[in-house]
Amino acid sequence: MRRPNFLYMILALGFAFLYVPILLLVIYSFNASRLVTLWGGFSTQWYASLLGNQQLLSAAWLSLQIAALSATGATVLGTMAGMVMARFGRFRGRAIVGALVTAPLVMPEVITGLSLLLLFVSLEDLIGWPEGRGMTTITLAHVTFTMAFVAVIVQSRMASLDESIEEAAMDLGARPAKVFFVITLPIIAPAVVSGWLLAFTLSLDDVVISNFVSGPGATPLPIEIFSSIRLGVTPEINALATIIVGLVSAGILAAGLWSARQERQRRRDEQLARQGAGELMPISSPPQDAPPH
Amino acid sequence: MVQPIRKTTLDPWQDPKEEPYVRIEKVTKKFGDFVAVDDVSLNIYRKEFFSLLGGSGSGKTTLLRMLAGFETPTEGRIFIDGVDMTGVPPYARPVNMMFQSYALFPHMSVEQNVAFGLKQDHVPKDETRRRVAEVLDLVQLGPFAKRRPHQLSGGQRQRVALARSLVKRPKLLLLDEPLSALDKRLRERTAFELVNIQEQVGVTFVMVTHDQEEAMTMSSRIAVMNTGWIAQVGTPAQVYEYPGSRFVAGFIGDVNLFEGIVVEEEPDHILVRSDEVACDLYISHGAVVPRGAKVAVAIRPEKMSVSKEGAAGPGTRNAVVGTVREIAYLGQFSTYLVALDTGKTVRVTMPNTNRAAEMPITWEDRVVVSWRPLAGVVLTQ
Amino acid sequence: MIQASPPPAAKPAAATPVAAPPTLAARGGFQRALRHRLLPRGRSLVTVVPVFWLLLFFLVPFGIVLKISLSEAAIAMPPYEPLFAWAENVLTLRLNLGNYLFMLEDSLYAVAYLNSLKIAALSTLMCLLLGYPMAYAIARAAPEWRSPLLMLVILPFWTSFLIRVYAWIGILKQEGLLNQFLLWLGVIDAPLHILYSETAVYIGIVYSYLPFMILPLYATLEKLDLTLLEAAADLGARPWKAFVSVTLPLSLPGVIAGSLLVFIPAVGEFVIPSLLGGPDALMIGTVLWNEFSANRDWPVASAVAIALLLLLVVPIMIFQHQQGKQQAAEARR
Repeated sequence: MRRPNFLYMILALGFAFLYVPILLLVIYSFNASRLVTLWGGFSTQWYASLLGNQQLLSAAWLSLQIAALSATGATVLGTMAGMVMARFGRFRGRAIVGALVTAPLVMPEVITGLSLLLLFVSLEDLIGWPEGRGMTTITLAHVTFTMAFVAVIVQSRMASLDESIEEAAMDLGARPAKVFFVITLPIIAPAVVSGWLLAFTLSLDDVVISNFVSGPGATPLPIEIFSSIRLGVTPEINALATIIVGLVSAGILAAGLWSARQERQRRRDEQLARQGAGELMPISSPPQDAPPH
Repeated sequence: MVQPIRKTTLDPWQDPKEEPYVRIEKVTKKFGDFVAVDDVSLNIYRKEFFSLLGGSGSGKTTLLRMLAGFETPTEGRIFIDGVDMTGVPPYARPVNMMFQSYALFPHMSVEQNVAFGLKQDHVPKDETRRRVAEVLDLVQLGPFAKRRPHQLSGGQRQRVALARSLVKRPKLLLLDEPLSALDKRLRERTAFELVNIQEQVGVTFVMVTHDQEEAMTMSSRIAVMNTGWIAQVGTPAQVYEYPGSRFVAGFIGDVNLFEGIVVEEEPDHILVRSDEVACDLYISHGAVVPRGAKVAVAIRPEKMSVSKEGAAGPGTRNAVVGTVREIAYLGQFSTYLVALDTGKTVRVTMPNTNRAAEMPITWEDRVVVSWRPLAGVVLTQ
Repeated sequence: MIQASPPPAAKPAAATPVAAPPTLAARGGFQRALRHRLLPRGRSLVTVVPVFWLLLFFLVPFGIVLKISLSEAAIAMPPYEPLFAWAENVLTLRLNLGNYLFMLEDSLYAVAYLNSLKIAALSTLMCLLLGYPMAYAIARAAPEWRSPLLMLVILPFWTSFLIRVYAWIGILKQEGLLNQFLLWLGVIDAPLHILYSETAVYIGIVYSYLPFMILPLYATLEKLDLTLLEAAADLGARPWKAFVSVTLPLSLPGVIAGSLLVFIPAVGEFVIPSLLGGPDALMIGTVLWNEFSANRDWPVASAVAIALLLLLVVPIMIFQHQQGKQQAAEARR
């Protein structure tokens, strides 16, 4: 058959399309020349100058703080929302709650950004909080738009979780809150963790919403990068990009290895279970007591 | 055929002085407009192994879940050991459940799974350890205490689930299709084992099942359920031999039904005339049915016989002529589908006492189908 | 055979009559009732907190945007006139549709809207044309290859979106790597003008949103029962015919979900047109931002946002409906 070959050619082309730009970015971060497009020999000078760029570094630190805070908030709220959607069955207004939870997922960021800014301004007008725009407003905005992602991840994990496991815990005497913390949460922990990581990444990467709700005092990293790109391409950004790509790849690779190990462990366990079936002792029923056939 | 595997006979329901242990009083459960359980009343006695038998949508699982406290009755009340359980949440009930999927906690070892319920009751550590070890011995899982559920075979998981629900010494143990996830060979063995364990620990069991054979072999009594109501309650033998309605007769085992009219009603017998058979149906045990009533006579296939000899036809009783249409050879017995001259097809099961090669009856043979006066059951519902 | 003595002539009773209510029932009844009341209370807390958050930070803001879109611009902070005013104990409501009329008059807005729709639609189509075979190839790859391949699709999504757009600047520039490469190949003899054009915007959007197309497509294609194709082949359908009549219709939910996931954010895209686009690649997201920040005309920016939202209401509803159906199907399994 010829079709598979054609398919794999497109697949290879698609991956090339996805990865060549990133690869070039990494290569040119080691370029000695200031001109990004001309190879002037190998150098690590842009990494050194990046480390000296106080403005970028403080923006990065601010972004990391915001990302950690907002991801944590979004994980708590998103997990709650995911549970409501997956477990609380049909209650009045469920459809509305579902729509409300997933709407931020598809809302264009310019709209979310503008509407949040106008909310913050109105709130400040009304109750004097939040004062000005900065870390607080960015964090609140990020919690709002990332919690939908966490909710969707948690919901789909919960949907595939056998509900009778939670019922069993309740049947054995655990109150609902205890059931959640002792049974449900440990089981869905991987989904919650990946929800947190996704929220963290989205927050760290957000340009548009931050653009609206950040203030003059607090410029997060993406805004800093965005404005310096608009002024022109600088090799420092290449170096920064390389560091980010490196960190993410290392993280993903570690996660991949971990899940591969889990998979191997699971296979071993399955084998153990099959052998276990053979070890089963004969049951205790003495045949002489059985009724005559 | 199905064999009851109970060793002790137990019939507290026949003793009028015995207090029912579980009382279900006029319980109705609605989900929106759908009535899952419809005005059910039921008494279950101490140490019974009681089965709720029915197809999907019969309301059996909903009834079980109301006993466990996962669903609240829309109407009616449930008493366990004299205490009104209506409104008591599952975690406060002296009832434990064994789930169809076993619902083992995947992140805990066998031991931790079993100890979970005791931990919730703040049972001292020593006692917990002792009781967990005891119950694991009971289900013969002692050596597997440190394993995780996914490191166990299906049968072992089932035992963990049983141990976990028994360790709290509940007043009532609920079993939701306990054998459905096991393969056929293991199922039979486990059925024996469940009954043995129940007799050892003396806990009252209520089991939900769709498998009539399972219900027949394991239960002290069976409640046959259909679309939310209870069609019949009785011992396995009662339900099989004396079905109370067309539904029960058809649901449990195979049955031949003849629709007809009562033409004679005497203390020692009933005579039914049916357009579907060219003979009178004579039933030698009484049934309180007035003459002229429309009834159905149910006769189990194994209570009929086919033979090439014998008299049959109008005027005879319990014997009719037909043509053999199909023969299914099943080893220990054979099933014959005989087309009567009225057009009705009758199913007859006969033990193969002779070798197949010597079988005298073959396709398109004219045969006489006959049965004894005790074989038929008169159904009015 | 069943061994049992025949029961009495009458059929067994369904249930014996119930005795008088026991005195034990009252014991602890109050406590239990109290405990039971607490159960739904915990639930409602879990429901109320995220819903309240979303109401406050997601739904209420839309109301404010709508309100401000109806007010007049002013040189003040905040830069708009209040909608309600108290004057001599009379509440006056001044609704101002001027911002919307202004949008209708100035062709800039209409052009930007139409251009956004065109760019988003064409990019979605290109994502589909590239993403479908990719998703299909991954779904049909050997099982042990699927999750690494899928990982490769997701990986760019985890790296910075901004940086991935930035990478294209170096490639598409006048003296960029693509032009250098093409000149070296001899395909062209003068550098192409790609950066700061609509073409660059298309490239940027397809590049950035391709994973959003592939993932839902993969999800539906992977679930597809292969025996259906075998059945089609067995019944005489050639591979292409089997694909068109079996695979394609069954993967339609994935096609719709993926297309909407690309189309909706692409319409409102801001970063890509402002970094890669030129003056001809006018998109509504950039217009909104310019009204807001450069012109400081918040009421017009709000009106633009409301109009954009109206434009996207239908696709968003379709998407939500689709998701709801999928969840219902998952719940049934």
